[in-house]
Amino acid sequence: MTGDAAAADGGGRTEVKTTTCYMCACRCGIRVHLRDGEVRYIEGNPEHPLNKGVICAKGASGIMKQYSPARLTRPLKRKEGAERGAGEFEAIGWDEAFAILEERLARIRQTDPRRFALFTGRDQMQALTGLFAKQFGTPNYAAHGGFCSVNMAAGLIYTIGGSFWEFGGPDLERARLFVMIGTAEDHHSNPMKMALGAFKRQGGRFIAINPVRTGYAAIADEWVPIRPGTDGALLLALIHEIVELGLFDRDFLIDYTNAPDLVNVAEGGDSEGLFVRTDAPVEEGCFEPQNKLWWDRRADRAVPARAQDAEPRLMGAYALADGTAVKPAFQLLKERVKDYTPEWAEGITGIPAATIRRLAHEMGVTARDQHIELPIAWTDCWGRDHESVRGNPVAFHAMRGLAAHSNGFHAIRALGILMTLLGTIDRPGGFRHRAPFPRPIPPCAKPPKGPEGVRPGEPLAGMLLGWPADPDDLFVDDAGAPVRLDKGFSWEYPLSVHGLMHNAITNAWRGDPYPIDTLMLFMANMAWNSTMNTVEVRKMLTDRDEDGEYKIPFLVVADAFHSETVAFADLVLPDTTYLERHDVMSMLDRPISEFDGPVDAVRVPVVPPTGECKPFQEVLIELASRLKLPGFVAADGGRKYRDYPDFIVNYETEPGSGIGFLAGWRGAGGEKFMKGEPNPRQWEMYARNNNHFHYELPRSYQYMRNWNQGYLQWARHHRLVRYAEPIQIHLYSEVLQKFRLAAQGRRKGKQPPEALRRRVETFFDPLPFYYPPLEWQAMDSGRYPLHAITQRPMAMYHSWDSQNAWLRQIHAHNYLFVHPSVGAAGGFGDGDWVWVESPWGRVRCMARFSEAVEPGTVWTWNAIGKASGAWGLAPEANESSNGFLLNHLIAEELPRLLDGGRVSNSDPVTGQAAWYDVRVRVVKAADDEPRETAPRFAPVPPPPGVRRFGARVRAYFAGGRGR
Amino acid sequence: MADKQLALVIDLNVCVGCHACVTSCKEWNTSGEAGPLADFNPYGADPKGVFFNRVQTYEVGTYPDTETVHFPKSCLHCEEPPCVPVCPTGASYKRAEDGIVLVDYDKCIGCKYCSWACPYGAREFDPHQGVMKKCTLCVDRIYDQSLPEERRKPACVLACPPGARLFGDIKDPDSEVSVAIREHGGYQLMPEWGTRPANHYLPRRRTRMHIHPDELVRADNPLKKEGELPRPDLSDPSLDDVTTW
Amino acid sequence: MKPAFSVLFLTTLIGAGQGLFLALVTGQFYWVIGAEAVRESGAFYAGGAALALAFLALGLLASFFHLARPMRGWRAIARWRTSWLSREVILLPAVMGLVLVYGLLHLVDPRTVLVTFSNGKSLDLPLAAGFVGAGATVLLFVCTGMIYACIKFIREWAGVWTVVNFTLMGLASGFTLAAAYAAVTGSALRGFFVASALVLTLVALAGRAYTFRRHARLGAPSTLRSAIGVHHGAIRQVTQGFIGGSFNTEEFSSPGSPGLRRRLVPAVLAAGFAAPAALLALGWQGPDAALYAAFAVQYLGLLGERWLFFAQGNHVQNLYYQRAA
Ligand SMILES: Nc1nc2c(c(=O)[nH]1)N[C@H]1C(S)=C(S)[C@@H](COP(=O)(O)OP(=O)(O)OC[C@H]3O[C@@H](n4cnc5c(=O)[nH]c(N)nc54)[C@H](O)[C@@H]3O)O[C@H]1N2
Ligand SMILES: Nc1nc2c(c(=O)[nH]1)N[C@H]1C(S)=C(S)[C@@H](COP(=O)(O)OP(=O)(O)OC[C@H]3O[C@@H](n4cnc5c(=O)[nH]c(N)nc54)[C@H](O)[C@@H]3O)O[C@H]1N2
Ligand code: SF4
Ligand code: SF4
Ligand code: SF4
Ligand code: SF4
Ligand code: SF4
Ligand SMILES: [Mo]
Repeated sequence: MTGDAAAADGGGRTEVKTTTCYMCACRCGIRVHLRDGEVRYIEGNPEHPLNKGVICAKGASGIMKQYSPARLTRPLKRKEGAERGAGEFEAIGWDEAFAILEERLARIRQTDPRRFALFTGRDQMQALTGLFAKQFGTPNYAAHGGFCSVNMAAGLIYTIGGSFWEFGGPDLERARLFVMIGTAEDHHSNPMKMALGAFKRQGGRFIAINPVRTGYAAIADEWVPIRPGTDGALLLALIHEIVELGLFDRDFLIDYTNAPDLVNVAEGGDSEGLFVRTDAPVEEGCFEPQNKLWWDRRADRAVPARAQDAEPRLMGAYALADGTAVKPAFQLLKERVKDYTPEWAEGITGIPAATIRRLAHEMGVTARDQHIELPIAWTDCWGRDHESVRGNPVAFHAMRGLAAHSNGFHAIRALGILMTLLGTIDRPGGFRHRAPFPRPIPPCAKPPKGPEGVRPGEPLAGMLLGWPADPDDLFVDDAGAPVRLDKGFSWEYPLSVHGLMHNAITNAWRGDPYPIDTLMLFMANMAWNSTMNTVEVRKMLTDRDEDGEYKIPFLVVADAFHSETVAFADLVLPDTTYLERHDVMSMLDRPISEFDGPVDAVRVPVVPPTGECKPFQEVLIELASRLKLPGFVAADGGRKYRDYPDFIVNYETEPGSGIGFLAGWRGAGGEKFMKGEPNPRQWEMYARNNNHFHYELPRSYQYMRNWNQGYLQWARHHRLVRYAEPIQIHLYSEVLQKFRLAAQGRRKGKQPPEALRRRVETFFDPLPFYYPPLEWQAMDSGRYPLHAITQRPMAMYHSWDSQNAWLRQIHAHNYLFVHPSVGAAGGFGDGDWVWVESPWGRVRCMARFSEAVEPGTVWTWNAIGKASGAWGLAPEANESSNGFLLNHLIAEELPRLLDGGRVSNSDPVTGQAAWYDVRVRVVKAADDEPRETAPRFAPVPPPPGVRRFGARVRAYFAGGRGR
Repeated sequence: MADKQLALVIDLNVCVGCHACVTSCKEWNTSGEAGPLADFNPYGADPKGVFFNRVQTYEVGTYPDTETVHFPKSCLHCEEPPCVPVCPTGASYKRAEDGIVLVDYDKCIGCKYCSWACPYGAREFDPHQGVMKKCTLCVDRIYDQSLPEERRKPACVLACPPGARLFGDIKDPDSEVSVAIREHGGYQLMPEWGTRPANHYLPRRRTRMHIHPDELVRADNPLKKEGELPRPDLSDPSLDDVTTW
Repeated sequence: MKPAFSVLFLTTLIGAGQGLFLALVTGQFYWVIGAEAVRESGAFYAGGAALALAFLALGLLASFFHLARPMRGWRAIARWRTSWLSREVILLPAVMGLVLVYGLLHLVDPRTVLVTFSNGKSLDLPLAAGFVGAGATVLLFVCTGMIYACIKFIREWAGVWTVVNFTLMGLASGFTLAAAYAAVTGSALRGFFVASALVLTLVALAGRAYTFRRHARLGAPSTLRSAIGVHHGAIRQVTQGFIGGSFNTEEFSSPGSPGLRRRLVPAVLAAGFAAPAALLALGWQGPDAALYAAFAVQYLGLLGERWLFFAQGNHVQNLYYQRAA
């Protein structure tokens, strides 16, 4: 396999190494061809289950990332006396860097661990960064989830025990109808494209619901343009139609959901809205006891759920023997959607009622009449044998178009319910889980229950991020005030299961809930594209208190490139690229599992580190060892792990647990998997298997996993789960109702602060409902008639790729795409300079007319605009002169509607950043204005170790010729 | 006329415009026989570069009936390539054995005349080397015996995630490409110029669903079980009560 | 199309050179057939040939600047069977050689008679050589014109008119140059050259004016429909696929706004044709300076004409490169 490179130019010592791509979060297998040690060609690895040999635009441009002039190559310290943000640094050695960190962090840990905050962006190693933070003892840790798509995770996991995003997806191999909602690219970049191509060739029908028609939507058989932020209304109307016509899968609802379970509807009682439960004794654990009631249609009375040959009613209103008024959960859903008619939705979404009806009919009829029976016998949790696995071939996929709104949680709950009504959960042709999903609803991990969870010199007593099952799981003090810097798991955003990274800087700057000392950012460009209200946030980073100290005293940035955020650092830790380091895609984190079973993977270095770059993984191991964090010190008190590879092999979640970062080739000789003692030769074994471990489940374990006895017992045996109990779908969410009862003062235990009672009561509705995004209610939407959204370009990864000589030629700067009618109204033409104004800021950019956008919506490619001087680009580069960032227009905080306080611009349930709620107006820029973007920022100089590329030509030829 | 004509067939029905073919082409070729593919101002204003393949986007129709068409384009390896006869040096030539149109960098004097004679804008001059360049159909891969059979394909074809790029001999009626052209209405670009491009494009194909009203009300409607589709009560009036014969 | 200055100079310089040479030969031939014409000295023709040669050489020199790889220029003779460019590359040196021979013969012996005619005049060796050279020169005009005329993807260029105009403009500028030369040398052929230059300039004006009008009326050579093969009335390019630019957006893009280009037409017609014509008329019996000016003005005018010739050329490929986003 080395011949081709040689043949290609008849020279050079060539070799081919395999590893895992990280030009994006998809993590495809790649083959890296080297000539004389230089990267010559990167191709998809045909023997990798994820991408089966294909590669994307980013992955194929890895060479230009590896040899980018924007690479940080030396640890940097802010120059004495230099202003933060000016980007003036002196190069230092790693010893000094570690000494600085060790001294500072040790002090913080012994005094007040909360004063160290670690936030990581679009990284892939939350298991390790999280472990470090937990052992350090700070509660202030989160990754990108909060500003990314936590609504998608929470909304679906609290409903079906799994989700899209990296946790599950549509089974396009067997689907006949595929509905994609609010997705531009997503994490499964290559697999989605491969599946979509095959699906279309098989003649499957593809419907795209999106305000914009690009990328995937371009090849849809039908494009359904929708007004941003209104999908909840559409989904509820679809549910309405499907319920009205009886197009739902009744058997599925009865067997696998809480639809038939009786809910107490007695007005005013403490248990109003809770399921009625028999007092049969139940085992306690993080699973749902099966002690609910059904209303049996033949006996016409309440019977224990699943009682022998009982057949429940889904509809109707009944009274228990003791007179308690009860209704099946499904009845409550039916009542909820009664007024959510297609006509009602038409007014909100802009989609004709007839279209909404047709969509509902297509879904219902396809699910019902084109159903699949796979000849796979399986046994459910109740011991019933099934001859086959049934599938209703209607698949959905949705991402941030639903998630990134302040009403996203309920919209996504509605989607989960729609998928459930159609009977498509973990069934062929529908939605399929990826291990380690499904999880119990909610999953077991819980944050500490109060301030006492944080103790100097001790690890955090609880998980950093978890899944509250009721108000008592919140991470608040006695006054109900947040313990976390980002106010995660507080009454403001009770189910913020991924934290609220997007508020970390603002809160730290304001000292609300408390000031911190050291903020460490790993792989997060928080001074630019992953922050809201960018202009102000950049000021906060340099703001000082009365006695001249920075309000955020110490800022550490671990990055591989000269990003906008680097300029604000007091200490910069240069990371390696993905081609230079060991790395794992762990079952403890978000592995790359397939529908048919768990898959995890590794990265192995194919080229040596550049300059003094050090893998951040090594940095954490080193720091943990120096700080003597529990788990990182050997019996003799010395350091326990030589380095990261050694750590990966030998670390166990608990001594002897046999569970570690990698699931494959465990056990002394690599004979075990999932669980087993450390195997010294684990890395080799992964390397030999194209850097991944793939366990294909027996076919009878591959479907219906929420209720599949075989699977659940297998999962329990291999410690994926603690309990092999069925995971019933939460059509009706008792969890949410518990928060509502607390807010209504009808529940013992933790109580919300008065100011927040109405907020919690309003938004913790056990059934999905539609409300306009909060931001629209906080502003005069008449003055800002347009919705502004962004999309991921398929050839760029967030802010990373402007330093990539090839990719930036595709997107050197961005335009604001508008429907021609917007130009007509604003008096500007195609290509003109315009001002985009929101209540929170204004940006000058160029407009491009498009007929492929809903006329009330304007959009642009995400994170193309850059700050002058960053990313190894010349100060006059297009990115900073013509490119722009929509983030300047998006507020990170909103006036709190119900009581006038301040809240994050986020979903009130999950704290999901509401990026796509922003509304704008567009006006022509005056002719005498400069033809350049605004705001612009003073160029920052390249720091030591980052050399700006002087030459005019780059003629890359691995092995020398041409340069 | 050659009895073999290699070509790409691009399926616009599944092309999502991801540009994988653009950069994978660049990376394969820049360090290969056809390389380097130079970039100018790579990190400055208005970066420019030599690419053998570009993906463009067109909009067809007006809102809401808009089609967005992603349109990849590289040299079409015409069977009557106007770019070849005009070349004064013979640097531009069409291979008899497989119909690939190539440029011999060692003969090219960089007069650019051939590019004037290409109606498709498929040639890219490289000021760095001073020669004309273009898609080589990855001639330095597709015959490489050291590669496994299934990888002996152009870099862009191997890269394309949705499989929108097919490669093969359009003169062989049984080849994948010939079948695709036949069965899916493959067409050529600007046939009016008589260049007879070897590369073909497959048009958009639509899948629709037709629902008969009967399908919406059916025998086993679950609503019946819920008593939601009422049967009139026995006591309700009927003809039986009023008619005599 | 982007006007390449090397090519502007190449075509205008050799045009004038070729024209001048043809003027000399016709001047000489005019004596043979003409009624009471005077016979010019060998030195006069030799000098003229030298001047023509100088123009041709400068043109050739300019052409090298158009090649990215001039050292390989010689390779361009390879494809004379199919390539007009190749043919031009062969003919240009050939013509120069013949001009040289013509000039030299005039110096060494202007008098070897080949045939003597009834009117007592005779065809001598230099004139014979002149005829051969003239033939080659005319062919060269055809080649140069055909290089552009055969590009059917540029409607403004395609067709016989390009050849006709290149020839006429070359002749016009060449005869004007001859007139100026005659004035310098005080030659008796002055009147003959002025008169024919005037006529040729006016004919060239007609030819060029016609094509300018024709261009204005040309429809699009192809449509986006056939370009991407989608049969719909409303097709717009949203992006050409890259932002920065590429060879295809530079080589084929026309400088200046369409408006500017339109406004330049009359200027070019005035400078390249009308004004020289007037100056020629003025210089007929009048001051020599008028003739010098005539050539200077005409040459600059034709440079402008050539610039417009390129700038107005709209290549079919531009359908694919309209917009970035
Ligand atoms: N307006 C708007 N804003 C958005 C979004 C949007 O859609 N619209 N999307 C949001 C979402 S979903 C997300 S996830 C965030 C993403 O935003 P971020 O989390 O900030 O992620 P990136 O910008 O991709 O990269 C952050 C940093 O990682 C660095 N980096 C790249 N590779 C490496 C490496 O190997 N090691 C190290 N140490 N650093 C590396 C890059 O140089 C960059 O500085 O943006 C959010 N912001
Ligand atoms: N190439 C590339 N791939 C990436 C990334 C990248 O930066 N580049 N980022 C990665 C990350 S971190 C993430 S989180 C994922 C995100 O994956 P996506 O969710 O696909 O990312 P977005 O670009 O936010 O896509 C949002 C889509 O929703 C649409 N939309 C916006 N508002 C609404 C609405 O109200 N309703 C509907 N129906 N649609 C709406 C937008 O038009 C857009 O098409 O992508 C990942 N993959
Ligand atoms: S999808 Fe992501 S991981 Fe896969 S090749 Fe592209 S950049 Fe690499
Ligand atoms: S790689 Fe395939 S899908 Fe992507 S742009 Fe190229 S042809 Fe289209
Ligand atoms: S596409 Fe252009 S370059 Fe390619 S063969 Fe046809 S004419 Fe020649
Ligand atoms: S540029 Fe090269 S290939 Fe093109 S015509 Fe001139 S010599 Fe031939
Ligand atoms: S065939 Fe090869 S050279 Fe041609 S476009 Fe594809 S990758 Fe590029
Ligand atoms: Mo994200």
